[in-house]
Amino acid sequence: MILPAPGPAESWGRVVRASSRRLAPQFRDEVARGLAAARDAGVSTLGVGLGRSYGDSGLNSDQAVIDARHLDRLISFDPDAGVLRAEAGASLGALAQVLAPRGFFLPTVPGTRFVTLGGAVANDVHGKNHERAGTFGANVRRIGLRRSDGVVEIAPGDDLFAATIGGLGLTGFIEWVEIGVTRIPSTLIDQETIPFDDLDAFFAIAAESKARFEHTVAWVDCTQGGKSIGRGVFTRGVWAPDGGFAPHTDRALPVPIEAPSFALNPLTLKAFNVAYDAAQRLKAGTARVHYTGHFWPLDSLFGWNKLYGPKGFYQYQCVLPWATGRDGVAEMLRRIARSGEGSFLAVLKTFGDRPSPGMLSFPMPGTTLALDFRNRGAATMKLLAALDDIVREAGGRLYPAKDGRMPAAMFRAGYPALDRFATFVDPAFSSDFWRRITA
Amino acid sequence: MTTPVALSPRRVVVLGAASAIAEATCRVLAAQGASFALLGRDAARLDAIAADLSARGAAKAVAVAKDLADARDAEAVLAACARDIGPIDTVMIFYGVLGDQAQAEADLAEAARLLQVNFTSAALWALAAAPHVEQAGARGVILAVSSVAGDRGRRSNFIYGAAKGGLALIMQGLAHKFGAKPGGPRAVALKLGFVDTPMTAHVKKGGPLWATPAGVAPVIARALERGGPMVYAPWFWRFVMLAIRVTPQAIFNRVNL
Ligand SMILES: Cc1cc2nc3c(=O)[nH]c(=O)nc-3n(C[C@H](O)[C@H](O)[C@H](O)COP(=O)(O)OP(=O)(O)OC[C@H]3O[C@@H](n4cnc5c(N)ncnc54)[C@H](O)[C@@H]3O)c2cc1C
Ligand SMILES: NC(=O)c1ccc[n+]([C@@H]2O[C@H](COP(=O)([O-])OP(=O)(O)OC[C@H]3O[C@@H](n4cnc5c(N)ncnc54)[C@H](OP(=O)(O)O)[C@@H]3O)[C@@H](O)[C@H]2O)c1
Repeated sequence: MILPAPGPAESWGRVVRASSRRLAPQFRDEVARGLAAARDAGVSTLGVGLGRSYGDSGLNSDQAVIDARHLDRLISFDPDAGVLRAEAGASLGALAQVLAPRGFFLPTVPGTRFVTLGGAVANDVHGKNHERAGTFGANVRRIGLRRSDGVVEIAPGDDLFAATIGGLGLTGFIEWVEIGVTRIPSTLIDQETIPFDDLDAFFAIAAESKARFEHTVAWVDCTQGGKSIGRGVFTRGVWAPDGGFAPHTDRALPVPIEAPSFALNPLTLKAFNVAYDAAQRLKAGTARVHYTGHFWPLDSLFGWNKLYGPKGFYQYQCVLPWATGRDGVAEMLRRIARSGEGSFLAVLKTFGDRPSPGMLSFPMPGTTLALDFRNRGAATMKLLAALDDIVREAGGRLYPAKDGRMPAAMFRAGYPALDRFATFVDPAFSSDFWRRITA
Repeated sequence: MTTPVALSPRRVVVLGAASAIAEATCRVLAAQGASFALLGRDAARLDAIAADLSARGAAKAVAVAKDLADARDAEAVLAACARDIGPIDTVMIFYGVLGDQAQAEADLAEAARLLQVNFTSAALWALAAAPHVEQAGARGVILAVSSVAGDRGRRSNFIYGAAKGGLALIMQGLAHKFGAKPGGPRAVALKLGFVDTPMTAHVKKGGPLWATPAGVAPVIARALERGGPMVYAPWFWRFVMLAIRVTPQAIFNRVNL
């Protein structure tokens, strides 16, 4: 197997653009040969999935990447035990299409279905039901990991397993993943939409939702300062007791061309937030919806990331512990409102107490806030640095899947197991993120 | 979803089952509960595909390792498949090699190989399959993957193109033979345009002409049920190729295709 010439690569935020030598094996037996080819060419390798990470953790500039997307076969499915084993390139959406008609679903899903099993493990992703299900990794039973010195099978209890969950692809190439899947009573969700006026109201609804609603999330209007800070809309859902088992289809509206950079600016942003707020408030109440609209509202607009124009955008997701969460979030929102930069999709969620299995897992008990900012160079950097200070002060941390810029010290402060993790990194693997953070 | 569920699940022999397009097509059929005999050269890869199809709902999936360029034992192999999965009603011929035109012109042994793999052996498999699908009556179907390259000889790939065009004529002929009486089986030549697969890994891609295996799979599954004997996938190639076929030779000579 020969390593192809470098070709363009970009991550979801499109700020960091790289060039790498991409192998896209069709069968698992090609992975070892791909690794050998990279070694012979004197470059490191990184396993990658569907490129839905925003920053540089899924990039390996001027080196090799092994793209897992064609390794998407099911290996076994045992409906009695509720256990599914599949190759790491299978997307969560494709798995949902196989599981749903049989009355099963993935234990938890992130906000897009275009995520591979390998990517879900390597970032130990979370969904709207973190309180119940824990992270994705908390539901993983076994992993087949290709290291530079051979294949290993790892399971909960193994140190290498704890390093690989949330391990950012640095411990080796994940060939397959075995997970526990959940029975569902239908593929519909009984969804409630509740507007709230401030952060205290958000926390009150979140607490009150715990017992009855598996899935919770809130959108906050970042353009509001002063008294209206933390105004937003809470969405909560629970699997409907009946309604059949129709899976989702793959129709989406493409965003085919790159929007000019003025498409999303403070004016359109303000207008969007006002309109969105009004629309959600109108919807307030109860509805029975298909899971796809509940879990993956953005997926109906394929390639929406291009709306931010050629300079791309930054995502910023932090988690703050319970004790500091309310005040920390309020301070961040105030700081953002003052900057006038806003954020289209500010998402506020709570994480439950189920411990995350990975050494570098992002979720911890508390409140998580996710924001996006169009890339305006130094001004954006200054705002994000100010937010960093608030997060650090509050004892929180940032999510590497969404990051393309946090300073090494910020990462180290948030992830005390970093040094221990580093001992499990396979010497043949690396990424732009890892080189930046360990530089 | 997009493909109609067949009345009863098909019993399918797949020649070249490790092809990316074959695999995507089999996934559609597996969801309908089909049974498969999967033929190709690499046993481990076929086993991985068989496991996947079973988990997706296939009633049965058996792997048969075989170099398909050698069709001398085609009748015995198909009979064995029928013993494994039951009476065969569907045969799909997917295997093929693109080769390199310049190399094949310089080396006749390579030209012979391209013709043997893409035409001679495939034609023999189709002939050996005919009695099986005739037994199945109107449900029966043989589908062979041809190519838009088979519609007009072009300097860049006419050896591959001739083989694929010849294979389409075999299918057209079988369709004519089967159509002599009502209630007979069908034969389909599937003329594919550009599809992003390992076969085209070396080609620079992008633009609206390129399709994916998952994109053409439902079209192929539908072609098992109706239409033919010549089916273009994606559909617009019918018109692209019509334009290419009617271009006068004097003009065509000046186009580098
Ligand atoms: C619209 C949107 C909504 C999102 N919502 C959420 C959310 O709610 N919760 C959440 O947690 N995340 C969310 N994300 C982030 C996303 O879930 C993660 O970035 C995820 O890891 C992306 O998976 P991927 O397959 O695209 O992998 P990539 O982005 O390609 O790679 C991600 C990481 O996984 C590694 N990796 C991938 N495959 C392999 C493999 N086979 N072997 C070894 N390493 C591998 C890569 O090296 C990289 O470090 C969202 C992203 C988007 C675009
Ligand atoms: N991709 C396109 O753009 C395109 C366009 C028009 C037509 N087609 C046709 O579509 C069909 C499927 O191709 P694809 O695109 O899916 O490419 P592919 O994934 O490379 O599949 C080709 C398959 O043919 C198999 N094969 C080749 N010679 C064989 C032999 N002697 N015995 C057994 N198996 C053999 C290969 O198996 P090994 O791994 O063992 O070699 C491989 O699995 C081919 O007939 C091709 O000509 C493709």
